Amino acid sequence: MRAPVAELPITFDKAQVAVGKIIILDDISLKISSGAPTVLIGPNGAGKTTLLRVAMGLVRVTQGHVTWGGRDDVAPTRRAIMFQRPVMLRRSTAGNIRYALKTAGAPRSNWERQMAGLLELVGLTGLERRPARRLSGGEQQRLALARALARDPAVLFLDEPTASLDPAATKAIEDIIANVAARGVKVVMSTHDLGQARRIAGEIVLLHRGRMIESGAADTFFANPKTEEARKFIAGQLLV
Amino acid sequence: MFTRRIFAAALALCAAALTAPQSFAQDKSIVVASTTSTRDSGLFGYLLPLFKQKTGITVKVVAQGTGQALDTGRRGDADVVFVHAKAQELKFLSEGQGVKRFPVMYNDFVLIGPKNDPAGIKGMKDVAKAFKVLHDKQQSFISRGDRSGTHSAELRLWKAADIDIAKDHGPWYKAIGQGMGAALNTAQASNSYVLSDRGTWIHFKNKGHLQILVEGDKRMFNQYGVMLVNPAKHPNVKKDLGQQFIDYLISPEGQKTIANYKINGQQLFYPDANDPNA
Amino acid sequence: MDTDVSALHLVLSADPALVAIVRLSLEVSLSAVVLAAVIGVPLGAVIALTRFYGREAAIVALNALMGLPPVVAGLAVFLALSHSGPLGKWGLLFTPGAMIIAQTILVTPIIAALSRQTIEDLWAEYRDEFAAMNVGALGRVATLIWDARFSLVTALLAGFGRAAAEVGAIIIVGGNIDGFTRTMTTAIALETSKGNLPLAIGLGMVLIAIVIVINALAWSARRAGERLAG
Repeated sequence: MRAPVAELPITFDKAQVAVGKIIILDDISLKISSGAPTVLIGPNGAGKTTLLRVAMGLVRVTQGHVTWGGRDDVAPTRRAIMFQRPVMLRRSTAGNIRYALKTAGAPRSNWERQMAGLLELVGLTGLERRPARRLSGGEQQRLALARALARDPAVLFLDEPTASLDPAATKAIEDIIANVAARGVKVVMSTHDLGQARRIAGEIVLLHRGRMIESGAADTFFANPKTEEARKFIAGQLLV
Repeated sequence: MFTRRIFAAALALCAAALTAPQSFAQDKSIVVASTTSTRDSGLFGYLLPLFKQKTGITVKVVAQGTGQALDTGRRGDADVVFVHAKAQELKFLSEGQGVKRFPVMYNDFVLIGPKNDPAGIKGMKDVAKAFKVLHDKQQSFISRGDRSGTHSAELRLWKAADIDIAKDHGPWYKAIGQGMGAALNTAQASNSYVLSDRGTWIHFKNKGHLQILVEGDKRMFNQYGVMLVNPAKHPNVKKDLGQQFIDYLISPEGQKTIANYKINGQQLFYPDANDPNA
Repeated sequence: MDTDVSALHLVLSADPALVAIVRLSLEVSLSAVVLAAVIGVPLGAVIALTRFYGREAAIVALNALMGLPPVVAGLAVFLALSHSGPLGKWGLLFTPGAMIIAQTILVTPIIAALSRQTIEDLWAEYRDEFAAMNVGALGRVATLIWDARFSLVTALLAGFGRAAAEVGAIIIVGGNIDGFTRTMTTAIALETSKGNLPLAIGLGMVLIAIVIVINALAWSARRAGERLAG
């Protein structure tokens, strides 16, 4: 369905991200391969957002290595990210998508067709002309997803995509994610909602205070957590 | 929708305004530095179109006080200077800034004051005596204070009254550093006395209760002279066109035109290009 | 123009001398705004988007220059353009060109400072998304300027308002020459000094009408921006 993917696997090798004296991520060794969605879980401040940004290529590691398909200099053309609170450009819904298509290098002649497809995928058909900032929270999140997907990514990073949404909007987003994952896009997302992690994850990575506590296949992780922290976290206790 | 129309209209207006270069045209033209009183008398409005009709030369008048006009000549920013302060004009020549001075015309000054004349100088024949009265009675007096020809004349009159006005003045003497019109406005608004050239006075539309109180004294005559700015010092001076203007002013035709200029039937300027003492 | 006619009559009859004066005023001020925008918007964008030594000082200087007294700008331009000055050979003194230069100097800091503020604010919002969409430097600048266009237009209109209203600079460098460098503001100054109040008032009415139109345009620009961008 898609050309050979140069982006994957994304390999972290003893990676560390520090800002001044503060260590945000420490000693991360992780391999993100194609397949079912990888979900990062952990308390607030664990470093999930930073890890996503590093994997996207927005943040550099201060120690260790990160490689995409074995190389450390892959341009982010086939990667896309949606932030926790996405910012709508001061344009219409269609304008936002067109901008994403343009910056992704899509040929202009394809835009109308691609836009129609994206709007349908995220359920925003009919809202083309509305100023994007006038959309509801859920609609804006879906538009941000559409923008990310406009890049035709091989890897899609989502940072707490439903954190501020009501259950109906959350379901809408989760359906789109499932749809996209089924088409072969590697989804890497973070969430603090364990239920969501259970629903979506193929693979789980638990972060706490910048370190990787445990990782593995989702069923195994939830059925038989190996670490004390994982057990406590799954049981709903606070990790301090 | 509506806003888009407004923007389109605004853009069209900008485009139209910017692509019309009318005011920027630079055909045959000279810059003449002259005085505000000459401008305010309306003489230029009358004379210059006739000159242009005859020669095709556009005269652009920058009107300032005499001192400023001569300084404009000194900087080479004018081609011709046309002012009325003989002493300053001769100084200009002695500095080598001008080529030659030609007398052109004279008008006279009048001493203006409030109708009720608190100083009691109305009808006096001796203007120096009138000035002395103003000084002694500390009457509110407006001075140009701007090195203009009118200002120079005013200073000469104080001197004629044996008053060293620079040292011997009080709050009654107000030097405003502006043109004749501003001085008259101020005098009208503050019930003061003021020395004005007749031309500006006749033309002035805000007289209120001011009127001429003293006139006719020979010392109130105001001589105009014209000079070409020295092209040797300022190569940018348009000496041929400038000389044509000067020649016109002193020619019989130009002199007749000057005499013909009247306001309310009254002649303002008396041509005297042929007077060797002017 | 030396007639004793009432102000309203002059305005309504579109007296040709009056029209010429209004036209020159618009030409000079609009040209100055266009030039100031060409210089000021990119300048504001650069200051907003780059980090360089002395950036804070530059911002303070720009804000301070917004209040540059027009007569001071006029004096500086006058000295520069005088035939005895460094740029005398351009022969621009006492021409509309000199007036445009002086007003450009007055208006550029306003446009630059307001552009900087607008673009910097929008940059703070768009930053992450630019990174996510891998937009290059030039693309960022272009997108910021385009998306901020309504606020930038408001800045331009503010600049135009300043230019159209000032008299101190252009009367010095233009010389208020009848038919060549006489604008609404300088004509008002002149006619007032001649005591010709009806004409001065008539010009004043036209000038105020223009100022009101400018403000209406600025207002509708803001509203259009809100409607379009939400």
